[in-house]
Amino acid sequence: MNNNILQNIIFFIGLILLQVTILNNVDLFGFIDPYLYILFVIIFPFRKDRTPILFFCFLLGLIIDMFSNSGGTNAAATLFIAFIRLPLLKLILRKSEIDFVVFNITKQPFLKILSFVSILAFVHSFIIFSLEYFKFSDIDTILYRTLLTSIFTIVLTIFSLILLTRKK
Amino acid sequence: MQQIVNFILKYKYFLFFLLLEIIAISFTIQNHSYHNSAFSNSANFLSGGIHKRVNRIKEYGDLRKHNDQLLQENAHLKNILAQELRTSDSSLIQVIDTIKYFQKYRYTTAKVIENQYQKKYNYLTIDKGIRHGLTSEMGVANSKGIIGITTNLSNGYTTVLSILNENAKINVKLSKSPHFGTLEWNGQNYNVLQLTDLPIQANIKVGDTLITGGRSVIFPEGIPVGTVRNFKVQNNDYSSIDIKLFNDMSAIGPVYIISNIDKKEIEQLQESTTNE
Repeated sequence: MNNNILQNIIFFIGLILLQVTILNNVDLFGFIDPYLYILFVIIFPFRKDRTPILFFCFLLGLIIDMFSNSGGTNAAATLFIAFIRLPLLKLILRKSEIDFVVFNITKQPFLKILSFVSILAFVHSFIIFSLEYFKFSDIDTILYRTLLTSIFTIVLTIFSLILLTRKK
Repeated sequence: MQQIVNFILKYKYFLFFLLLEIIAISFTIQNHSYHNSAFSNSANFLSGGIHKRVNRIKEYGDLRKHNDQLLQENAHLKNILAQELRTSDSSLIQVIDTIKYFQKYRYTTAKVIENQYQKKYNYLTIDKGIRHGLTSEMGVANSKGIIGITTNLSNGYTTVLSILNENAKINVKLSKSPHFGTLEWNGQNYNVLQLTDLPIQANIKVGDTLITGGRSVIFPEGIPVGTVRNFKVQNNDYSSIDIKLFNDMSAIGPVYIISNIDKKEIEQLQESTTNE
């Protein structure tokens, strides 16, 4: 259990460093920066008590915001996907209750993981760009950026998930 | 009472979520106003330090370009100095302590360690701060043109409100005639800005040069900005004017921070005038 906490802290710091040093500088086609750090929301252990995940995801987003001068957009988006994570998972797996002790997200069928990651990544990018543009007349820019960014985020996240599970 | 406690217990995660979400959104709204979010900005030891380390690696790629730019500027300044010597008659030279009496602006150099240009509200981070004598609302420019205005400061780092930010409004004028306008950005192309409030009498043409107007205390007059790319006239008024910047906003290395020595005096004067 203790080892698990330490592992999560290292993962938390590692994802932030990866995001702000490399991924925020990718600028594919001039503006696409994949948000790989949402991997934390996906991998963070599922527990009955949801206070830690809400708090840590808020903190994660806020630190990313601090590095990219974006106010609280990343914090709001990450917190939101952390909140919808459990209901969404239940919906995708068609289960009313999840056995938290033995549950492991990486052991689920690939298509279910893919749809879970895709929905989270899309919602996350959509909230970020909506808060950034904050105008209904910019809806086409918001959707365009959301679509491209979330595609790259999904590809990168799935790829990282495969890498992480293969190691163990 | 019991019902309230039950309600809170039942929805405790939702209430916790709501509380944090409100905090996050209030930071966002704060960030959309002219002043950068006071809490989550990159002018601090941690993010400044990391951006600086990353930039140390990144800047190698642009060294040749930055060297060329600095050489060009040096040549330009030397040409100005050479002109001065020619026109002044040696017998009439009066020694005046120009530094004490005539210097209006002081320039400090800095390096851009984090550059944003792909968002709607862009900020840059530079590697100088309070320790180097900077304050907020100082102009930032390089030899090719204006870049932004300083906002949040820490001891060693400063965030700069880029001209690529919806809140940036900069007073500019045409170099050929004394007509003023306001430079703004519509969030589209990062090398094309928009000029508004220009009177129709200015009679601009494609290719006309724009310089800073010197009406604010932030930028001195005459810093280059860009050229007119295209414009539309509607109802005997300019409906839109696109300005192509001299700078490439996606690749900015060394910059100057311009501090107006008389700024405090001017601002105090303006304040006392409006109070009366």
